[in-house]
Amino acid sequence: MGTNVSSKRADRREFVSRLLAAVPDALVVTGLGSASYDVFAAGDRDTNYYLWGAMGGSTSLGLGLALAQPDKAVVVITGDGEQLMGIGSLATIAAKLPRNLTIVVLDNGHFGETGMQRSHSSLGSDLVAVAKGFGIADAFSTDSPDGCADIARRIKARQGTAFAQVFIEANEPPRALPPRDGPFIKNRFRAALGLKPF
Amino acid sequence: MNHPVSKPPAWQEAVFNVLKAGGVKQIAYVPDAGHSHAIRSAIADPEIEDVVLTTEEEGVALVSGAWLGGQRAVLLMQSSGVGNCVNMFSLLQAADFPFFTLVTMRGEYAEFNGWQGPMGKATQAALELMGIHVLRAAHPDEVEEIVSAGFDAAFEGGDKVAVLLGQSLIGRKKWERN
Repeated sequence: MGTNVSSKRADRREFVSRLLAAVPDALVVTGLGSASYDVFAAGDRDTNYYLWGAMGGSTSLGLGLALAQPDKAVVVITGDGEQLMGIGSLATIAAKLPRNLTIVVLDNGHFGETGMQRSHSSLGSDLVAVAKGFGIADAFSTDSPDGCADIARRIKARQGTAFAQVFIEANEPPRALPPRDGPFIKNRFRAALGLKPF
Repeated sequence: MNHPVSKPPAWQEAVFNVLKAGGVKQIAYVPDAGHSHAIRSAIADPEIEDVVLTTEEEGVALVSGAWLGGQRAVLLMQSSGVGNCVNMFSLLQAADFPFFTLVTMRGEYAEFNGWQGPMGKATQAALELMGIHVLRAAHPDEVEEIVSAGFDAAFEGGDKVAVLLGQSLIGRKKWERN
């Protein structure tokens, strides 16, 4: 099989919607761009943390959150381009392997936000192999909405760091824009955890 | 291979004591000799998560995630790492996260390696361009007070603060091995 060339691909909105419906208590961090629109379209939650910048930072931010909240499931939902920019963070995560962290990369093999230029993941890079090579043993891919159940089970179990590459269609669903007010998103998230302002 | 651990300089002990007393629960770092005591202490402390980074900007995002989850976290790096962080510093301004980093300086005092010069000389300006308040400690007896002042400004006042630890604190690097 050619690297990451899958004829069957999941619909991103359907996949994210089904996944998040199955994990109502998870803390969710999104990478910037389409992944954040997918998460917002699935239903805004106080415990969603949407990034609008900081490209490459979603997985590191998720690691800090997972270490700080070991009793809660943390899910990072991002795209292949955002993950590639912060690819070394997978090694950083593998050095800690928090049991409550799951990374979901919605992979259309393209930079969707900037005109659908091809990304490395459709030019030869195998993100599951990369994640495994860095030391995240529970790394796998899926191309079907039915793969949601496996990912949701891992999220809820909090038994180990998992990395899921989800092959999605390279289309652009209607924009669904989450709030851009950074302090609002942060303060709302912290308040939902019962944290007080400093 | 084990490096013998000699007693660390008092200023390095003071740095870790400030972090520990301030309730820091995560210490993220790209190593430097000047941070070696804090890193070693974090690894040994069961109440502190030590997080070794592949590149410094991961630490900017990581400490923000820690704050989002209710913990204080700090970033230890060398001056060269500040350059790696520049766009990620946007996160601190855009979401108004408190931020505290300790930066050991290169390229400013008896520097043997000229390749450290360009970023070392631009470190303070780069931080300030990105809205981070810069304090500096150059003498061992002022390190504790300045680190503590910066720490409080970050975690009590919500500021974004870098304390530069001058290269003269670390002293001349020995390049020849016997």
